[in-house]
Amino acid sequence: MSPGYDVLVVGIGGQGTILASNVLGEACLMEGRSVKGAETHGMAQRGGSVESHIRIDGEYGPLIAPGSADIIISFDLLEALRYKHYLKTGGKIVANRHFVVPTSVFVQGVSAPTEEDILARLGDIGLCLLDAEVMAVEAGSPLAANIVMLGAASHFMPLSPDSLRKAVEKLVPPKTVEINRKAFERGREAGAECRG
Amino acid sequence: MSKQYLLGNEAIAHGCLESPVDFVSGYPGTPSSEVIDILRIQEERGYHVEWSVNEKVALENALAAAWCGVRALCTMKHVGLNVAADPLMTSAYTGVTGGLVIMSADDPYAHSSQNEQDTRCYAAFARIPCLDPSTIQEAHDMVRDAFALSEEFGLPVLFRPTTRICHSKGDVTLGDLKTNTRVGKFQKDPRQYVVIPAHTRILHKKLNEKQPGIKKRLADSGYNTFSVKGANAVIASGIAATYVQELLPEDVSFMKIGAYPIDEAWLEEFVRQHEKILVIEELAPVVEEAVRQVAGCVTVHGKKDGHSPYEGEFSQYTIAKIMQSAGISPKIQFQDADPLPDIPARPPIMCAGCTHRPVFYAMRKVFKDGIYPSDIGCYTLGLQLGAVDTTICMGASVTVGSGIYHSGEKADIVSTIGDSTFLHTGIPGLINAVYNGADMTLIILDNRTTAMTGHQPNPATGVTATGEPTIPVSLEAICRACGVSFVETVDSYDLVGLTTAMKDAKARPGVKVIIARQPCVITARRAGIKRGRYRIDPDLCTGCGLCIKFGCPAIEMKDDKPYIGELCSGCGVCAQICPFGAISKEGRK
Repeated sequence: MSPGYDVLVVGIGGQGTILASNVLGEACLMEGRSVKGAETHGMAQRGGSVESHIRIDGEYGPLIAPGSADIIISFDLLEALRYKHYLKTGGKIVANRHFVVPTSVFVQGVSAPTEEDILARLGDIGLCLLDAEVMAVEAGSPLAANIVMLGAASHFMPLSPDSLRKAVEKLVPPKTVEINRKAFERGREAGAECRG
Repeated sequence: MSKQYLLGNEAIAHGCLESPVDFVSGYPGTPSSEVIDILRIQEERGYHVEWSVNEKVALENALAAAWCGVRALCTMKHVGLNVAADPLMTSAYTGVTGGLVIMSADDPYAHSSQNEQDTRCYAAFARIPCLDPSTIQEAHDMVRDAFALSEEFGLPVLFRPTTRICHSKGDVTLGDLKTNTRVGKFQKDPRQYVVIPAHTRILHKKLNEKQPGIKKRLADSGYNTFSVKGANAVIASGIAATYVQELLPEDVSFMKIGAYPIDEAWLEEFVRQHEKILVIEELAPVVEEAVRQVAGCVTVHGKKDGHSPYEGEFSQYTIAKIMQSAGISPKIQFQDADPLPDIPARPPIMCAGCTHRPVFYAMRKVFKDGIYPSDIGCYTLGLQLGAVDTTICMGASVTVGSGIYHSGEKADIVSTIGDSTFLHTGIPGLINAVYNGADMTLIILDNRTTAMTGHQPNPATGVTATGEPTIPVSLEAICRACGVSFVETVDSYDLVGLTTAMKDAKARPGVKVIIARQPCVITARRAGIKRGRYRIDPDLCTGCGLCIKFGCPAIEMKDDKPYIGELCSGCGVCAQICPFGAISKEGRK
């Protein structure tokens, strides 16, 4: 299979997937590793489903092929299901337990999925589930949920937690460094439990 | 020299600063916008940078700067090049003295576009060179060097990155920034710059005579490369060339095309050394056609014999399938992996508190059986609310409206267009509608910005690209000057005001304009405007569902009753919709 380690970050436009992918890219740079990535910009960001591809040690194109992501970090549980086919056999999903019901469901009267439905359909894979917003609020701001997710996922990625910490500190707004530092650690604790 | 993790467009902007560029113009359009967004926020600037009114205006400005001997960059998305096609075609005749690089960003898969046209075809049409980067690093290097190439040929150079270059990221090695030293000086030369028939016939001949030299030079540019490994070969262009390299078996030859026009003799020498060639390129079969012309009895696979699609975006996943289909086994065999069925779609939607939503709501009430031509902007998302019946290109809401009217259609016609789009190409259509006696209503959705592409200022905003105050144009005065007597300005959050203005417009003949004005909710939030949230009183709520049907993402259903969540921006429109007075501002009775 392809060399390197492929990370797919998914969520909803506005949840901070781009910042999260920047942190991963910056951490790669700090470790002197090559990295390629791709993300959603433009109209699709307006509350739509968004994806960021990050290929750690990537030498070629920025896109991850379906069936080959080593890990999916999902900021919304429903989005984990939408992108599940990107995961390779034996891959890991780190997902936020919360999900936003798409407005299409209300307007078009489609039936809304429940957490149980989603979990059942994700059931056959390695899943690390966490309440990212709750932890982010504990750390000081609900906006830090993306960094909580990275903290949890840090156990599974081939990047040192220290490079990730430094990348977080470098990239988040200066006033929020302390909050995000806490958010990362809070996520790391939760991720450690998943790891068992 | 430094290495940074950058967005493709950031790397491209940096390449321009290394050149250095002296003049920058463009019109925002995904995926091209960030290049100027980066260049306009640089603290120390030795260059002029502007958001122009449209792409034609942008290119003519850049062309003139290049005539004066400075290095000019003009950016746009692929469909913007259609707007700029008029100056483009003849700029090849006049040529340039300073380097002119026209960045036209293509969007395979139409992630954020109305079509999948291929800029390389324009380059061939205009007979000017085109550079097509395969990686972000190459995009950076190419654009930096493109200015010098333009000066060497005396021709504009088209630079054509695609979405997956512009909006991808990678570790990029950057060069040092250079200081601007050139100052424009116009040398009068009517035989070059006045394209009357007597001059242009000579200029056309000169352009044609340049072609062989350009081909030879580009074959040596380092952007078109090959390695011979076996009897079979893959020829790929742009980012597809990068995907191919991940999959290429050791015994298959490879040619990468990054610069056009391709030298036929150079291409033929490579092709004739092989038994089978597979051409892999996104969109139009530009390389494939060149290969087929020189192939003789060599077998050529590609789009024309059905192995590769004409449309959409490629990835290593799709290319592995193309290779398999053409009998070249890729190094990686991907298993089929399809998305799960029945997952509710999450398309982009208008934001909570979007200023367009109440306008569409009122429009559909007042003009219930109307026809709604619309335009290019965030408001195209009004499709989901049944408020958009047509979009074709920038400015066409107005002209499609008048065209439908003159066809004899009897329904009310209500066109919607954004402020930036109206200024871009809407005005001629409005003049035309008035002049030729159409009966229609035009609603200008004036949110004071070019929102969809990232909130770039426009001539109505009152600031320039670099943030300096400038004279804001008056949309009202423009509309009146176009001959419209009914011009009403309403607050987009005022449903009663909107409804009243629309009823008035409906009752009158001729062309009516309603300007629905309210700053974009995102700009308002960034400017620190806080309106406070709204809430639904569960005791007063009857669960009628009217607020849910309004389609604001802040209103969710919880236990069969609507509930206003954290996304609420406090626009208060839902409170005006609720017939039971169940919605009110938090903290108020």
